[in-house]
Amino acid sequence: MNDASPAGDPGQLDVRIARKSFTAATGGRLDVLRDVAFSLPRSEVGAVVGPSGCGKTTMLRIIAGLDTDFEGSVRRPGTGRLGMVFQEPRLLPWRTVEENVRLVAPAVSDAALSLLFGVLELEAHRAHYPGELSLGLARRVALARAFAVEPGLLMLDEPFVSLDEALARRLREQLVTLVETQAMTTLLVTHDLEEAVRLADRVFLLSARPAHLVTEIPLTIPRRARTEAEIAAMLGDLATRISNGGASVSQ
Amino acid sequence: MVRVVSIVVFVAVWWIGAQYAGAQLLPGPEAVVAAMIEAARTGELFFQIGITLLRVFCAFSLAMLVGTAIGLLMGRVKLADRIGDPWLIVLLNLPALVIIVLAFIWGGLTEVAGILAVAINKLPNTVVTVREGARALDPGLDEMARVFDLSRGKTLRHVVLPQLAPYIAAAARSGLSLVWKIVLVVELLGRPNGVGFEIGIAFQLFDVTRILAYALAFVVVIMAIETFLVQPLERRVSRWRPRAA
Repeated sequence: MNDASPAGDPGQLDVRIARKSFTAATGGRLDVLRDVAFSLPRSEVGAVVGPSGCGKTTMLRIIAGLDTDFEGSVRRPGTGRLGMVFQEPRLLPWRTVEENVRLVAPAVSDAALSLLFGVLELEAHRAHYPGELSLGLARRVALARAFAVEPGLLMLDEPFVSLDEALARRLREQLVTLVETQAMTTLLVTHDLEEAVRLADRVFLLSARPAHLVTEIPLTIPRRARTEAEIAAMLGDLATRISNGGASVSQ
Repeated sequence: MVRVVSIVVFVAVWWIGAQYAGAQLLPGPEAVVAAMIEAARTGELFFQIGITLLRVFCAFSLAMLVGTAIGLLMGRVKLADRIGDPWLIVLLNLPALVIIVLAFIWGGLTEVAGILAVAINKLPNTVVTVREGARALDPGLDEMARVFDLSRGKTLRHVVLPQLAPYIAAAARSGLSLVWKIVLVVELLGRPNGVGFEIGIAFQLFDVTRILAYALAFVVVIMAIETFLVQPLERRVSRWRPRAA
């Protein structure tokens, strides 16, 4: 494992957030993030795990450049566009599935799009409008949209939350397939430990609010080679670290 | 079917009313239609309605275009809203007649002054409606457009305007009826032609038949525009909405 340093590979993601606070309704400042600093090497999948409401989404918005009001710095991988899957699908209801994808990725080839829709099982829904899709399908379209831009950095904000377990499992499989064919740096935010352990090369553990980085855990066994027993062991290890770190993470 | 019955009842009531009031005060439907056909035969009717429609079209387009732009700006930018709001209140409450008379005094009895006067009357209404829509824009879609680096033009066309479409449609609906009413006043006061001018002449001659003939002809035209232009357009714009069961 290469040690991530701030002056490292320009293809890696460097996050150094010293402090992010909001103005509370009653006046005064409310700290959301404190000392969240990590690097994600090129082409790796990083999972940010932390309790619900700890500020994970705020962190993603800062990394995406949607929120610039914070102390610290963020350096995104120098090459490629940004792809993002929000917590809600955020599709344009007046454009069909295919038109939604093509709007953000006008350069995508028909072959690439067919491949993408094939993997995500969206082929039959190309001409449908988002209003005609279930939540699971809409989330897949959001995934397709993010992949279609062939991003240098892909960010996913709890993309499978509130889906039933069987469907979430299938979508995770599809995500792994896509991430491995396109070799992009991927940052996944989740509160689901198992999701992190199944998908990531590296897990970043955040504490409760104000969130700070508790620890960084590289998962050395390649994703595809992990057996159920090893996954269970990693889960146990993570859970121990969380209780030692004083942070509580919901399963 | 119900619509047909409704129209038949209207014509019947009109006819009965005409029998009581006398042809001088309220000519019957057959007399009005005859006057319409006569005016159509000489070409006078089409010319006057054409001129009026052209003015409606110009004033309406101007008010919608400028009003949408200002409404969007005021809905999105707080400072613009604070600067524009007092003007909006003044314009909303200024009687149409005041605007028309001032426009003709300051701009002369010209076509430009007339159309501007009509557009200014419609403008604040469009601004208020579109501003409401701009305030209700989904910030989530806005962020999506920013993350995926959509150009300003693409964002406006594919993300912002479709969200404003119902508001723009509402402004257009009420706008069309408002604009044509005001255009007639403008024509009455300061133009040498158009339906308003014709009605002014008919008023001086106490020619009720002619007044009704022009009014009726114009209503038919406006209904045709509504049925064959506005409604299909609305259906097209909202084709993505899941149809109610």
